[in-house]
Amino acid sequence: MISFTVNGKPVSVEDPPSTPLLWVLRDSLQLTGTKFGCGMALCGACTVHIDGEAVRSCVAPVSRAEGKKITTIEGLSPDATHPLQEAWIEIEVPQCGYCQSGQIMSAAVLLRENPKPTDEDIDEAMSGNICRCGTYPRIRRAIHRAAEIQAQRAAK
Amino acid sequence: MTVATEFKRRDFLKATVTLGGGLLISAYIPQWNKTSAATLVDATHAFAPNAFVRVGTDDSITIIANHSEMGQGVYTSLPMMLAEELECDWTKVRVEPAPVDPAYNHSVFGLQMTGGSTTTTSEYDRFRKMGAMARIMLIAAAAQNWNVDTQTCRAEKGYVVHAASGRRAAYGSLADAAAKQTRPTDIPLKDPKNFTIIGKPIHRLDTPSKTNGTAQFGLDVYIPGMLTAVVARPPVFGGKVVSFNADQAKAIPGVVDVRQVPSGVVVIAKGFWPAKLGREKLDITWDDGPGANISSVALRQEYAETSRTPGIVAKKIGDPAGALAGSAKKITAEFEVPYLSHSMMEPLNTVVDLRSDSCEVWTGTQFETMDRLAAAKVAGLKPEQVKLNTTLLGGGFGRRANPACDFVTEAVEVAKVAKAPVKVVWTREDDIRGGWYRPLWYDHFEAGLDAQGNPVAWLHTIVGQSIMAGTLFEQFGIKNGIDSASVEGAADILYGIPNLLVDLHSPKSLVPVQWWRSVGHSHTGFSVEAFLDQVAHAGGKDPYQLRRTLLANQPRMLAVLDLAAKKANWGGPLPAGRARGIAGHFSFDSYVAQVAEVSIDKDGTPRVHKIVASVDCGRVINPDTVKAQIEGGIIFGLTAALKTEITLENGRVQQSNFNNYPMVRMYDSPEIEVHIVESAEKPTGVGEPGVPPVAPAIANALLVLTGKPIRRLPIKAEDLRSA
Repeated sequence: MISFTVNGKPVSVEDPPSTPLLWVLRDSLQLTGTKFGCGMALCGACTVHIDGEAVRSCVAPVSRAEGKKITTIEGLSPDATHPLQEAWIEIEVPQCGYCQSGQIMSAAVLLRENPKPTDEDIDEAMSGNICRCGTYPRIRRAIHRAAEIQAQRAAK
Repeated sequence: MTVATEFKRRDFLKATVTLGGGLLISAYIPQWNKTSAATLVDATHAFAPNAFVRVGTDDSITIIANHSEMGQGVYTSLPMMLAEELECDWTKVRVEPAPVDPAYNHSVFGLQMTGGSTTTTSEYDRFRKMGAMARIMLIAAAAQNWNVDTQTCRAEKGYVVHAASGRRAAYGSLADAAAKQTRPTDIPLKDPKNFTIIGKPIHRLDTPSKTNGTAQFGLDVYIPGMLTAVVARPPVFGGKVVSFNADQAKAIPGVVDVRQVPSGVVVIAKGFWPAKLGREKLDITWDDGPGANISSVALRQEYAETSRTPGIVAKKIGDPAGALAGSAKKITAEFEVPYLSHSMMEPLNTVVDLRSDSCEVWTGTQFETMDRLAAAKVAGLKPEQVKLNTTLLGGGFGRRANPACDFVTEAVEVAKVAKAPVKVVWTREDDIRGGWYRPLWYDHFEAGLDAQGNPVAWLHTIVGQSIMAGTLFEQFGIKNGIDSASVEGAADILYGIPNLLVDLHSPKSLVPVQWWRSVGHSHTGFSVEAFLDQVAHAGGKDPYQLRRTLLANQPRMLAVLDLAAKKANWGGPLPAGRARGIAGHFSFDSYVAQVAEVSIDKDGTPRVHKIVASVDCGRVINPDTVKAQIEGGIIFGLTAALKTEITLENGRVQQSNFNNYPMVRMYDSPEIEVHIVESAEKPTGVGEPGVPPVAPAIANALLVLTGKPIRRLPIKAEDLRSA
């Protein structure tokens, strides 16, 4: 039995400890917002936060989650109003949308660590996430926009 | 409430649409039947005047989308077209995927499907008419209630209004009465100058769900008692299972069963992870068959030799051989592009719940009619006994319109042995090694220039597998040995060259091929536009100006080209080490031009700094969606231009995942500008036309930088270093 919290809720799972966290989230906990894309930490579609750190859950054994706080796209904000979520809608980032959970989860760590990222910062933080639809230019714009929204909220 | 069936087969549109290089299909639009009407109406009192819209008593407007949402925005643009005529409150609009029914067949192809960049163009009239029909009936209901003439009432944002008396009735309050009205036979449409929704950058209906984890793709379908399966498929195309030992696989906790299916050996488990671990433990003896001899190196050699021999003539204008012989200057060039995998971010998957007298399927597909037929055939059921649910597609790019219905067929085969609801999941490796690639193409060109440097003869021989041969589409798509998808973008070039010959060789192979975003244009766009720049350089002409000369009788392409050149400041100053390349291409009835700004890194890697694109796709439904599609097409084309190739050795695909089949990422994503030409022409495609000009625009810039032509994709640093 491995115990941890997901989006603030305590859970215990009986999956073998080497099972990737991704499949525990999806198959055991039915949190399907986190996506399977490559299984080798090459595309970032499965990005979640473990104690605030962006992790590719497709290669992270669930044992690594023991006692930790896991955040998935479903729990990024209580009401889907994280600055990134608002910016993503404003800029109309998603096309097929499949990779966007991972994109947003990667961007969320960037924005927390670096409230005003440059294009180079974005290149560095976001190049682990593939978007086959090619929404990169809009992801870039949306991260800049989210930084503004975040700053405006902080100023209030 | 019952839906009257008085409204029988009506021919809303007798369409004749040109697909790609001259594939002509005309068809009538079938309307719905009793069966479909029954599936449309829920238990609440709702007004369902036709198969495409329901008005709820709560004022909700449900618009039924008969084309799949794979990122191209049709779950918004289809509702926009209908809502424009319905005059409803856009905030009340929601969208629902259509069930499989002839009512929802593609208005041109006669099958329920999504592809060929045709959704908007094929539904523009039908969706507006369906909305107008509902509006007319709502107005009639209100007029009847108020005992006034319908002519004195009008519709406005979800209300019927009688101005003279100041009365207003919300659509929801009229739903029951509207359902009793006679369906109009004459359905006039708005003058486009009065459009309030079409042409506006409306926010997509599916975006919020794609930012909070609630969007449901096929892989996200979980049904009670469902098992998960992965299939070990032959390592060589056409291979077969000789024998297998599943003892070790079955020893993995969670593995439920291991069985042979027509496509290989399936491991069925309680979840994906044990299924995958079980597959790794399988010991399978394969009979590779003749496919084991396939090698990309040998194929290229064979294709190259074939390209220097005459093929079946696809197009001939004037006297190409004579004009070439008599020309002042001759140039020749060859181009090659590799097999490519679609590699949608969501790997293929299908959920099947097979019972003795029914079968329910959930999958992200572009091919509903055919997939349902295939499922029924495998299940031994009638098509009506199969319910196919279309989920959101995590990318399609053509792969989810499989002519053999491969992923659905296999999943139903798995369900037959699983004896339980089952989800078949493909891994990324399964996807990249699974075939159904964009064909490998080889192009041989000869051109003759006159004394002024203008091309007077153009001879183009194409070698590559036919996509449509052996499929249902063969009867439409192949004529006199020419697969129209093989020569599209080559046989129908817009350039006014007086003597032209395009011929084709269609070698067969066990490597399965399929339409891949922009299909034949994905190679002809590159080869034609890159060769044209070689012609321009040979004739001492500016490539943009040569195109202008050759497009004198093509005003729309010329306007697009001029717009891209102007916005990119063609001929203007650039930082040292950079050059611009230009390319234009006509595909899916739309015109696109692009200017790429490129430099070469010290190690020889090409770096694309900026792409300026222009598009004329007729009347625009949602300008932001058009821009997004062109942006996405550019990135997709950039990956093909710079990154990816599928190669085979001893019949085995050498790539497996994104480490060796790499995609363009954020750091190599250029700045992109998209400019739209305003047009009142019929809407045309935007999903694919952004792809073809990318590679040649880059190649043409590199030609300026190095003086040496690019002759193969992907463009490699080693090619530039040796250049």
